[in-house]
Amino acid sequence: MIKTLKSFILYELLRGMILTFKYIFKKKVTINYPHEKGPLSPRFRGEHALRRYPNGEERCIACKLCEAVCPAQAITIESETRDDGTRRTTRYDIDMVKCIYCGLCQESCPVDAIVEGPNFEFSTETREELLYNKEKLLENGDKWEYEIAQNIKTDSPYR
Amino acid sequence: MINSILIPGLIIIAQILAIIVPVLISVAFLVYAERKILALIQLRKGPNVVGPFGLLQSFADALKLITKENIIPSNSNKMVFLLAPIITMVLSLAGWAVIPFAPGWVVSDINVGIMYLFAISSLAVYGVIMAGWSSNSKYPFLGALRSAAQMVSYEVSIGFVIITVLLCVGSLNLTKIVEAQETVWFAIPLLPMFIVFFISALAETNRLPFDLPEDESSLVAGFTTEYSSASFVLFFLAEYASMILMSAMTVILFLGGWLPPFDVFPFNILPGIVWFILKIIFILFLFLWVRGTFPRYRYDQLMRLGWKVFLPLSLLWVVLTSGFLVIFNLVP
Repeated sequence: MIKTLKSFILYELLRGMILTFKYIFKKKVTINYPHEKGPLSPRFRGEHALRRYPNGEERCIACKLCEAVCPAQAITIESETRDDGTRRTTRYDIDMVKCIYCGLCQESCPVDAIVEGPNFEFSTETREELLYNKEKLLENGDKWEYEIAQNIKTDSPYR
Repeated sequence: MINSILIPGLIIIAQILAIIVPVLISVAFLVYAERKILALIQLRKGPNVVGPFGLLQSFADALKLITKENIIPSNSNKMVFLLAPIITMVLSLAGWAVIPFAPGWVVSDINVGIMYLFAISSLAVYGVIMAGWSSNSKYPFLGALRSAAQMVSYEVSIGFVIITVLLCVGSLNLTKIVEAQETVWFAIPLLPMFIVFFISALAETNRLPFDLPEDESSLVAGFTTEYSSASFVLFFLAEYASMILMSAMTVILFLGGWLPPFDVFPFNILPGIVWFILKIIFILFLFLWVRGTFPRYRYDQLMRLGWKVFLPLSLLWVVLTSGFLVIFNLVP
């Protein structure tokens, strides 16, 4: 009886409408994206970068662990011994279209050379621009070194 | 000779423009208001980039749509395909001819105004059926069938609701209907009928929770699936214009048209047109608020509500009202 009466006076529908009316005045969760950005974890896996030592020497020793571990086979490395006897890459390509951003390359790297930085805004207008070579990756490393170093430092107690 | 035709003709054209232009502009702002209110209910911000507070968003969208290519499906019946949006648009604007905005502010004060409005809003289903049939594609066709069945079902109860109001007025003239509410708005003595009318109006204009003809989760975009560019704009404008028309009809039938809520000092300084517009805005807000709150009805539930709940209820109320009026000798 009461149930019939309630449905007749649209009780539940009105309750729902009052609820949505209250929501009109609540604080909004929208972030005005290009102007405001959400927080990123220090473990965020974005665009790749090849880092250097503080003296300017590149870290990568061409061990090819990242190439081996990459599940998408996005990394291609060629290497040779340099004049000073150290082994260095002559070619370090990442196909950013193939990459699945799993982070296994940075996990496998013994010298923290290849890392995934905090940058996620690297869209391009052509596909070719996403086939990164060593030059581009080192440039990224120089550009994002401060942020990357900070993130590694913040995350180190948990590793 | 020329003056006797030209001058009245120009006056009529001016009157028509004086209604159509504000209606079309208010459609643009209604679309904006809908997006904004839905966004606020869903804890979003809504359009806020184009113009101050995003107020010009609808104009930007309209420009985008109109400059796009108008694609006509090769298997469609081209004549009917192009005619359908035009008919829908024209019908949704034609109803405004009899709407009294304020005492004497009406293009054509015909004696059967409410019949005319009812007929025009019923004809709107033809535009939808033509669109669905001429597209020669399954989703528009299903959408059109649903729309036809739905609009016809709810027109029956809308008809009975209108009859209840007319019993209390004794005239089909919309101005007379408003004037009859001088003492009390019909929304108070006929509250259940007001609610039935409002819910039927939602179904009649294919608004949520009854927007099955364009149910995007099952029918892509319903009868507008094959439309693009300007012909889609016409359907879009027509939907919102008929929403405003239905709100105006609700205001005239139940909320006392241009009459202020109380005929005492602070209320009666505002001119009638302002009250009329404020009431329309209130009903339109209800339309959008309902859309933000309720999920879509299933089709059999929609039919059940129309035929098994609203029809008996409104029929009962017709009998009760007429009995009441006869017993207390109140027949106008």
